[in-house]
Amino acid sequence: MVPILEVQDLDVSYSLPGGASYTALAGVSFQLVAGEILGVLGESGSGKSTLAASLLKLLPSNGNISKGSVFFEGKDLLCASAGELERIRGKRISLVYQEPSVALHPAIRAGEQVFQVLAAHESAGKNTLRQKTRQVLGSLFLEEADRISNSYPHQLSGGQRQRVLIAQAIACGPSLLIADEPTASLDPTTQMEILGVFRTLRDQLGLAMIFITHNPALLAGFADRVLVLYGGRVAELGPARTVLSSPRHPYTQGLFQSMPQILESTDTKRKTKLPMIAGDSSAVPLPFEGCVFEPRCPDRMEDCRKREPALVNLGESHTVSCFKYGG
Amino acid sequence: MRFFLRRLSHAFLLLVGVSILAFLFTTLAPGNYFDEMRLNPQIAPETMAALRAQYQLDRPLPVRYVSWMNSVLHGQMGFSFAYNSPVAPILFVRARNTLLLTITATLIAWGIALPLGVWSAERFGRLPDRLLSWATAALLVIPDLALALGLLVLTVRTGWFPTGSMTSLDFGSLSLGGKFRDLALHMTLPVAALVLSGLPLLIRHVRAAVAEVLDAPFMLAARGHGIPRRTLLYRYALRVAANPLISLFGFSIGALLSGSLLVEVVMSWPGLGPLLLESILSRDLYVVIDGVLFSTMFLVSGNLIADILLYWADPRIRTESAAR
Amino acid sequence: MEVETFHGGQNMQPLLKVEKVVKAYYAKNAAGSREKLLALDGVSFAVAQGDTLAVVGESGSGKSTLGSCISCLEIPTSGSIWFEGRDIVALAESERRKVRPRIQLIFQDPSNSLNPRWSVEEILLEPLTLQGKLKREETKQRAVDLMTQVGLSSDMFERWPAQLSGGQRQRLAIARALALEPKLLILDEALSALDCSVQAQIANLLMELQRTLGMSYLFITHDLAMAAHLADEIVVLNRGRVVEQGPAEKILRHPKEEITRHLLAAMPSLNNAARPPLEL
Repeated sequence: MVPILEVQDLDVSYSLPGGASYTALAGVSFQLVAGEILGVLGESGSGKSTLAASLLKLLPSNGNISKGSVFFEGKDLLCASAGELERIRGKRISLVYQEPSVALHPAIRAGEQVFQVLAAHESAGKNTLRQKTRQVLGSLFLEEADRISNSYPHQLSGGQRQRVLIAQAIACGPSLLIADEPTASLDPTTQMEILGVFRTLRDQLGLAMIFITHNPALLAGFADRVLVLYGGRVAELGPARTVLSSPRHPYTQGLFQSMPQILESTDTKRKTKLPMIAGDSSAVPLPFEGCVFEPRCPDRMEDCRKREPALVNLGESHTVSCFKYGG
Repeated sequence: MRFFLRRLSHAFLLLVGVSILAFLFTTLAPGNYFDEMRLNPQIAPETMAALRAQYQLDRPLPVRYVSWMNSVLHGQMGFSFAYNSPVAPILFVRARNTLLLTITATLIAWGIALPLGVWSAERFGRLPDRLLSWATAALLVIPDLALALGLLVLTVRTGWFPTGSMTSLDFGSLSLGGKFRDLALHMTLPVAALVLSGLPLLIRHVRAAVAEVLDAPFMLAARGHGIPRRTLLYRYALRVAANPLISLFGFSIGALLSGSLLVEVVMSWPGLGPLLLESILSRDLYVVIDGVLFSTMFLVSGNLIADILLYWADPRIRTESAAR
Repeated sequence: MEVETFHGGQNMQPLLKVEKVVKAYYAKNAAGSREKLLALDGVSFAVAQGDTLAVVGESGSGKSTLGSCISCLEIPTSGSIWFEGRDIVALAESERRKVRPRIQLIFQDPSNSLNPRWSVEEILLEPLTLQGKLKREETKQRAVDLMTQVGLSSDMFERWPAQLSGGQRQRLAIARALALEPKLLILDEALSALDCSVQAQIANLLMELQRTLGMSYLFITHDLAMAAHLADEIVVLNRGRVVEQGPAEKILRHPKEEITRHLLAAMPSLNNAARPPLEL
């Protein structure tokens, strides 16, 4: 199948005051086909939000994409003009932001905010657009749609705000949705509901999705493939089932082990020390020699400090960047 | 609606309180209008006594207050000793002259500050913005008096504009268009002085308010939806940046009567400022009290208008006050 | 009502005993009239010394209100809160002020609970100087000890909270709480905002501190997995009422109430990889 999105060797860095610069992403590559859900797993400092912003060239003024290409439907977005990008954003590729409490305009009604997105991209008359707004909101809110449409964001609950953001994102029928931690501030029941909404969107509209999160549990049973990001580099990439049940990269392994699992909880295991990854995943300065994870890796070897590991193919399109497996 | 009525009643009580205080302070201050006359040996003490009785200067304070209140309700607002007439007509004429200046100056100042502030905020931190910051800082540092005098000096040297008063001597005989032009010419200098002194603060506030909004997450999210730049700026950013600016606008309205005193005196504009000044100096009691009250009224309504505008502009305030 | 304490069967007096606590708020509803909302409607449970009790429930179940009431930030409308044998609801404010240091609260978002304009050192020194028990040199040393206890280095004294990572900030918040030598630590979603791997680090730190200092924890969360791992007993709240409570094992393996089962089912779990997607 022809991929609708192909990211090749993406390098992004931020320039800091004082002339220094900080690498947010290095050599990130992956592909996405239509209707596929790619889960991007990353904690703070992994560069996941930078990835989301870079795909649509929405970096702040001190961010620069030094290398790489982002091919969307055959065209390199990084070479597109500002006008072309404006036309693509919201219409062909949509971004669902984290923190719905601040991603919506505080003084414009929810329905109007969805309408604005439609008005920006479609040239139909106002009435047609209002019809469409009602349709989109109806698909996400059912009977409550009218009330939600007339409400201001601060009058809505976290889950409702998130749905409004999703409505804005799907209004123009994009083929790719990038969701950056869309369930971060929600409680588990609402989280499940929103995940269900995303699943429905994929099933009914054939939407391809990049779902960015720091919680691997959310990706179980939801994502088709998982990309693990650490220190701005791809640590592991493969089918969700494989990566989540038998991870290969020491970071992924450490991460999963440090999460308490309800079904495994017994009286003897309770209140014992959780296996954890020592140290901090704070910002990694440029340049960096060797593997990014080496300082915290329990399986570190000689080579790890000297060179950066290349991606090793473990078969079944499962790749790992670790010297343990070659490279 | 309830909100509005409550604020209105508060405003009214405030005005009454201010009037009492103003009355107290001015009457309790030593000296009265006739002190100067007393020094004049040609005026007999009986005449003085008669005058004082006529103007009720002998009566106790509460009585005088009540009769002044009465006079206000009848539209006369007390009596001016200097002008020998009820205060109301004098006050209104002078206030009108002042408002002519200040309203024009406020409109022009905001008209320049808004686009300039927005333009500056868009280029925050870069060279054009920093140049503007230096320019406004420089303007801010120059005292209003120096500005006014500087403009006067300029005009005396070049003769481009008349150097004082509101109208030319032959104002009455001019055609309508001529009257307009004459007034405009006379207004130019004082308005320029007012605009120049008020502009720096306004620009800085607009710039700060807009810059803060431009960085907000919802702006970035809207960009992510492909909303065009112009809509982003005017529909999205300004609506939120309006909050602090509306308060500032209320301030501007509040200062409509009081902010131009210096300029009026220096440029001999027959406004409320010079009137108040001479009345204070000559102890023209009721003019002072009424002038203070008038200014306070504007200040209070300025705040009230700002509150109403905020209520209307920000849905969060609207629903919060309903919930309370 | 007899409130049981589950501490190895010993019948010690519980450190904290919450008895029929009610907290009402008044708000204007849509019709314009004043409405009484019960955030807490008769909540009762107890925490023994050195134990961890997890309070779980959805948003709006009253968990955070419970935390504020126990930590004396708010006063319950009715009911009693027995702490170390005294009812803090019935105490006069001056007496209550003396009890406050022994109950400390850690919030979810450390960037909001730490003063952004103070350095790390100033943040730590504040409670120590307010306490006024130590001399100046001793205070500085105590601050260094606290930092070590939570796994931070004293080189960080000059930094601002904004320069620390989420995990480091939360450690600092814990250190600040420890400065007052509390007997009860209330953790209001204290781990929820952290990355998964950092959650494990902080959880381990908390367990270690409990072992060495003998504190009790009231762990308010909606993360059942973490609650299952950390808590001795669990209390399930729904709409201000205690729906179910008991030893952690019992609640997790044999949940009696619908709500508890619902919460358990809603928990995302890595084991789902083998199962088909959840339907709710």
